[in-house]
Amino acid sequence: MPLKVKHLLGIQELSVEQIQLILETAESFREISTRPIKKVPTLRGKTVINLFFEASTRTRTSFEIAAKRLSADAINISASTSSVVKGETLVDTAQNLQAMAPDVIVIRHSSSGAPHQLARICDAAIVNAGDGAHEHPTQALLDAFTIMDRKKRLAGLKVAIIGDIAHSRVARSNCLLLGKMGVHVTVCAPPTLLPYAFEKTLNLLQPDHASGTLRVTHNMGEALEGADVVMMLRIQLERQQEAFFPSVREYFRFFGLSAERMQAAKPDAIIMHPGPINRGVEIASDVADGPYSVILDQVTSGVAVRMAVLFLLAGGSKEETTG
Amino acid sequence: MLVFGGFFVDLLLACTPIQMPIREKAQIMTATEMERALNRLAHEIVERNRGTKNLALIGIRRRGVPLADRLANAILEFEKAQVPVGYLDINLYRDDLSTVSTQPVIQSTEIHFPIVDLSVVLVDDVLYTGRTVRAAIDALLDYGRPKFIQLCVLIDRGHRELPIEANYVGKSVQTTDNEIIEVKLTEVDQKECVLLVEKV
Repeated sequence: MPLKVKHLLGIQELSVEQIQLILETAESFREISTRPIKKVPTLRGKTVINLFFEASTRTRTSFEIAAKRLSADAINISASTSSVVKGETLVDTAQNLQAMAPDVIVIRHSSSGAPHQLARICDAAIVNAGDGAHEHPTQALLDAFTIMDRKKRLAGLKVAIIGDIAHSRVARSNCLLLGKMGVHVTVCAPPTLLPYAFEKTLNLLQPDHASGTLRVTHNMGEALEGADVVMMLRIQLERQQEAFFPSVREYFRFFGLSAERMQAAKPDAIIMHPGPINRGVEIASDVADGPYSVILDQVTSGVAVRMAVLFLLAGGSKEETTG
Repeated sequence: MLVFGGFFVDLLLACTPIQMPIREKAQIMTATEMERALNRLAHEIVERNRGTKNLALIGIRRRGVPLADRLANAILEFEKAQVPVGYLDINLYRDDLSTVSTQPVIQSTEIHFPIVDLSVVLVDDVLYTGRTVRAAIDALLDYGRPKFIQLCVLIDRGHRELPIEANYVGKSVQTTDNEIIEVKLTEVDQKECVLLVEKV
């Protein structure tokens, strides 16, 4: 059963069946990372270019390891050491890379829609590794994979997403994916960090038959009440100067995850964070390092999920895909 | 589809409901005959390896899996020894991934014991072009260096495209390229027989 899409630009365009296919495929790839020889010859001879215009530890390393474990050739380009600093445009960069016939280009860019731009220009399969505040589809997929691993299901779960929602592509992709999969999502942030009519906007993007629900609150206790999964998002400390919140200490008091706050959630609730974590700002150290934290499992899941995505996009005949 | 040989065809049959039109031609083996063959194969494996020490069975997904389990159970009965059993999915090692139009469904490999210095017997239902076995050998070597790799199949239908032979064969059947051998196992297909079918 092929994926039938050429690119992975966002969760918005994916159907429930496609999401399930990616998660099932990722399950089979998980075992490879536990072997002594962590390699299969599946994508031998394929070229994967990681084109990162923003800093990244997890996502970039994860994509590189995923490509290499599938025997593909992974090339890393970071904008700061490329001709982008000389003023070369995104389109020119893309066309020059395309001239070297890559099979997959994984792109992270600060502008929403950059991957879509590349998809129009390049023949390669494009994977969105984060575009502006728009989407980060592989993060949402690996988050779902991690939740499935621990909770054995998605539909019917209560998930709280707490943090800087306004600037978070992770929040958007997760809301879209969890909404498609029948999850009850509560999004929580101070009013300065939650876009107006957030739930209405996201619901407009979902197909009518999406079975999950999305609600918004500014009260963290309410968001955590009965939650199966608590997903914390990073507070960008530099934004403190832009007056989004009075002080880091006040932010932690009202929106930071402490062991005390976790009492409101279900006793077996798991704690997630896309990383990097700001200890003591959005999450307390004892919670981040505690037994219910799956933050590091997310990273392990990330490799399996990205292997699945690369395999499904690059591992077959090109003629069978659309779009 | 026919260009890629029985490898792809067998895999397609194994993974998806049959979509190409076929006609049943003959029943090659009944359930009883299959049981007798498997019993003989289990004895042959133990005889050839002079016992069960350092022996392991690895079933190639999909139908090699229940066959490997049955062989292990038979050996447990007459030798009173439990031979370790693993399961191998060879889809990531196929040689036709960039040309096949339908992507195979990947299932997981489970080999929970080190295979170094063991005599590993690969188990599959049908040996045809030999490409599945080639992929299985490559997959196995990524797990370690066994002392021996042997091959046990229920049916050998000829038409090899690679220089691969089985050490243990349940039954040899002459077939044409237009025919397909379908092994039906209770665990997978809810019936037990070996059929010769013809593409219409």
